[in-house]
Amino acid sequence: MPQDGPQAGPRRAAPWCRLLGAFLAAALLSACDGPQSVLVPAGEDASQIDRLFRVMLVGAIVLWLGMNGLFYFITRRYTGAISRRRAEAVILGGGVALPVVVITALLVWGLSIMPDQRAPGDGLRVRIVGEQFWWRVEYWPEGAEAPVVSANELRLPVGQRSEILLDSADVIHAFWIPALGGKMDMIPGRTNRMTLAPTEAGTFRGACTEFCGLSHALMALNAVTLEEPDFDAWLAAEAGPARAAEGPGRDLFFREGCGACHALRGTPAQGAVGPDLTHLGSRTSLASGILPMTAEALAGWIRDPQAAKPGAEMPAYDHLTEDELATLAAWLEGLE
Amino acid sequence: MTADATGEATGDATRGHGRFGTDAPPPQGPFPPTEAMLSEPVPGDVARAQEDRLRRVWKTPEGWRYFSDVNNTSVGRWYCLTAFFFMLCAGVLALLMRLQLAVPGNDLLSADRFNQFFTLHGSAMMFLFAVPIFEAVSILILPALLGARDLPFPRLSAYGYWCFLIGGIFVMGSVLFDVAPRSGWFMYPPLATEDEGIGSDIWLLGLSFIEVASIAAAVELIVGVLKCRPPGMRVNLMPLYAWYVLVVGGMILFAFPPLIAGDLLFELERSLDWPFFDAARGGDPVLWQHLFWIFGHPEVYIVFLPSIALAAMIVPTAARRPILGYSWIVLSAVGTGFLSFGLWVHHMFTTGLPTLSLGFFSAASEAVVIPTGVQLFAFVATLMAGRVKMSLPMLWIAGALAIFTAGGLTGVMVAIAPFDWQVHDTYFIVAHLHYTLFGGMVFPVIGGVYYFFPVITGKELSNRLGRWAFWLIFAGFNLAFLPMHLTGLKGMPRRVFTYPGDLGLNWLNLVSTVASFVIAAGFAVFLWDLLRPKGSRRTPRNPYDAGTLEWSQSPEGETWGVRSIPYIHTRYPLWQQERILERMDAGRYYLPDAEAGQRETIITSVIDARPLQVLRLSGPTWVTMLAALFTGGTFILPTFKMYAPALICGVLAAMTVLYWLWTATARIPERETVDAGLGLKLPVYVSGSGSVGWWAMWITMLGDSTAFASLVFGVFFYWTARSDYPPPGSDHADPWLAGAALAAALLSWGLTLVARGLNRRRRRGARLALAAALPATMAAGAALFYALRLPGLDPVTHVYPASMWVLVVWAGAHLGLGLVMQGYCLAGLTFGRITPRHDAPMWNVSLYWHFLALTMLVTVATLAVVPRVM
Repeated sequence: MPQDGPQAGPRRAAPWCRLLGAFLAAALLSACDGPQSVLVPAGEDASQIDRLFRVMLVGAIVLWLGMNGLFYFITRRYTGAISRRRAEAVILGGGVALPVVVITALLVWGLSIMPDQRAPGDGLRVRIVGEQFWWRVEYWPEGAEAPVVSANELRLPVGQRSEILLDSADVIHAFWIPALGGKMDMIPGRTNRMTLAPTEAGTFRGACTEFCGLSHALMALNAVTLEEPDFDAWLAAEAGPARAAEGPGRDLFFREGCGACHALRGTPAQGAVGPDLTHLGSRTSLASGILPMTAEALAGWIRDPQAAKPGAEMPAYDHLTEDELATLAAWLEGLE
Repeated sequence: MTADATGEATGDATRGHGRFGTDAPPPQGPFPPTEAMLSEPVPGDVARAQEDRLRRVWKTPEGWRYFSDVNNTSVGRWYCLTAFFFMLCAGVLALLMRLQLAVPGNDLLSADRFNQFFTLHGSAMMFLFAVPIFEAVSILILPALLGARDLPFPRLSAYGYWCFLIGGIFVMGSVLFDVAPRSGWFMYPPLATEDEGIGSDIWLLGLSFIEVASIAAAVELIVGVLKCRPPGMRVNLMPLYAWYVLVVGGMILFAFPPLIAGDLLFELERSLDWPFFDAARGGDPVLWQHLFWIFGHPEVYIVFLPSIALAAMIVPTAARRPILGYSWIVLSAVGTGFLSFGLWVHHMFTTGLPTLSLGFFSAASEAVVIPTGVQLFAFVATLMAGRVKMSLPMLWIAGALAIFTAGGLTGVMVAIAPFDWQVHDTYFIVAHLHYTLFGGMVFPVIGGVYYFFPVITGKELSNRLGRWAFWLIFAGFNLAFLPMHLTGLKGMPRRVFTYPGDLGLNWLNLVSTVASFVIAAGFAVFLWDLLRPKGSRRTPRNPYDAGTLEWSQSPEGETWGVRSIPYIHTRYPLWQQERILERMDAGRYYLPDAEAGQRETIITSVIDARPLQVLRLSGPTWVTMLAALFTGGTFILPTFKMYAPALICGVLAAMTVLYWLWTATARIPERETVDAGLGLKLPVYVSGSGSVGWWAMWITMLGDSTAFASLVFGVFFYWTARSDYPPPGSDHADPWLAGAALAAALLSWGLTLVARGLNRRRRRGARLALAAALPATMAAGAALFYALRLPGLDPVTHVYPASMWVLVVWAGAHLGLGLVMQGYCLAGLTFGRITPRHDAPMWNVSLYWHFLALTMLVTVATLAVVPRVM
């Protein structure tokens, strides 16, 4: 058997322990909230997963401390040698028995919630189509023959399970509203189906999570959940034609050919290339969740969409004067 | 313990001889050696003369010729340093990305550049560092672990290295010209197929090139473990590292081919518009995801298991006792290897697959905990049963454990499908995967470098600098990546070049960025320690008092590896076989001499390690570098649409390889047997299943068949996933021509076997049979082509004809290769390179043709029969 060599290691207190402890405390104290947080659920699905996560987190911390504490003890503190039989029991106990028990319990619980997460909807269906880099949204209330078309914002009724149908027009995207539930991919040539059941009214941010090209980082959307009467009223208004007031703003819109790509229901603008703008002014954000819905932001966006979102397909209208841009933007913002 | 204490009576070396295809004279003489034989001294003048000859034969070329070397120590060092260099490059990209993400709305990097950076960071870390470093370290130390002089195909190692270097520079360098791939390391279509520019082509062609080199190295390592063990080292006595090489090599063999098949489909779509992933023409982007992750998940374990292997070498040394649970560890490693092929769907939990299959893959993913747990607890148990002496390498292993268990536990969480729906493609996963890879790869590898450095260089690294590097990297890593779990839970997706300032992510990202520079500082310390001048003083042999054979490497910097190849009958020979070092150094064991003036090593049987052959190894050459250059041209030039020069390069590469095979492999020796020492006479030339070339062919063809199976899988995938496959009213392949192709291929196969038999029996007609096989092979290829061409199946119109054509392209290319092999044998017979007794190429070519016949059978069935049943 070999003897002691030149490599005996000193027993130093680990400075990282204290650092790590301080950091953990700070992280725990700092709020877990935020408009896009998994940890502040506002839907049945997200709440169920949140419970699962909290239990798994506690279990993981206990197991981590156990394993590494044991390793620290046997390499730094314990000087004896246990018998071979006992050591072999450690292998079977730690390597086989413990994982089998833990994993079986976790699988039974974790997989049993899958059917809930995929439960059928109560009536409303929403079809969302991912495009580079925005969302086409169609509402199909129960029995509807034609959809109510909107874009870049999702509104759902509280207390109901709504069905979401996911498609893609170009590359793979993924749809995710963390506060409401898990995500699902949008794949060309396939239609994926998921359901969401909001439990609280509010505005929650979501994002595309499958890398979809240049401005993947800039493809977000707000989900606004409304109490059922509010939702019904909103949907009825949303289904109506655009309140496109006559005036210089409207003239500019049609003179510049905006209607070739964008639709304003009830007007000659019937373009289907870009987002529907019928009730643009009533949305909570602009350019799929990255700009505030203000006249200034609208004017800046129209002047140079590429500056806000590289790779966006909308051409720049930088030949318009500041006054024209302001007029057009104010008119668009008025489309409520 | 003494040499004959195994209780095994000394027998005759001829026992167990008479393998399939072997016509070599059987080994003669006593085996295993008796204690009396081993205690006989070697006269001093004899030993000195032997040493001179060995030194001359194994001399490393000097000056600029150094780069013509093919010895595993030189190639292994270049390989390690190059992989490490690419890791540093990818690390710099990571630092730049962290700078961009330090504050919200930053404009340090443009979106396009950021996308190039993360694509290249992931691709380089996986393909240019994680897998190559395993192969590099293994090429460097495996012969030492086995007491072999070199691996069985030194030139193949060198060729693989040069391919890796050329391909790596090509892929990595693209970022300097702002044309790097930018669709993510997973290259999902349609984003990557429709990407304008050459980025996707660089990824597909450059990395396919490197994958081929990786498979070549895997074949080399597998054959090395199976056939180059020292006499007596039965499989149950192998060092654990060798077991892991076997398992990981096998995994590379089955995991990389699906990706290569995927790359082929992908490049055909990009170059020729064959719509494999285009939903509008019947394709499906999800097929790529399956092929990619059937590769991608085993890849994770291909990266992880070698590090466990390093720990399995370091832990017993620290515990100062043999490892406990040897067979459980081996079973677990094999089990992990198998399981890893059944988990790939957990990367696709959000693609909308049915919940039933999600449940199955959730459970399979969790099941990996068991073999992993067994391996970790076997180390814990070994340390408990021993008296631990901490050392610097053990510190790195302890750090690895702390990090890896955290990554493993978050892995247990994300394997539960519903939880994955929330955190998939967020920074939670970024944290998880870096915890598993730093803990399961980076820390053990650095620990391994500190541990094995004396074996490789005869010098030691600094204990003090090593501790600085450890604490900087360890602290920096946890500070950078622990917060990322929360960053992800608070909603930050992966692969975003910027994020809004009002999501509560600002502090978390800033901390990660600052800490990433602490990691970089740690790597700088490590790099300095590695490269700083270390003086001329050599460390004592075996400074850690380890028990395995690699520590017997000659202390005075001799390049022959071991002075003589020992007889092994224990797992820790330096602890358990008395006087073994003394006898090895004295040249008391096998192959103490190089009488023929050629590099030689001993080949043993696969299970029992009975000596079978003295293998002549090839020496320094430029041909490998030249072959790699031409192969590189073949892969790289199509990126720039230079198809004609690429074709010329391909022909030149083939000619170079043929020259290399003709001049350096299966050379007819000047005598049939040589004295291997200890009274043992072994043959020099072996053909059939006893030869290393035959094993290499077998193993290569397993990988090759896996790629083919992946293409066939594609056909059945489309059939089940798409209602319009084959499209209604579509034409099908001509069954008569397809049948004729099969008949011609089977005829050619039969003629090849007949030629081998006639030659072996010294009958006339072998050459005639081969000459007749050539037109039969060509007829098979032509009939296959026209079976699709005549009915007018156009691959651009729909995925159905495209998927049929790709099978024909594959089979056709293999027929072409089969034709070259038949021609090679014909030339060998004509010019006396193949004789009735020396016919190894004939056996290897026949083996290839067995596989080709099977490929043709499946191709023709899929072409002509399956669509009519669908």
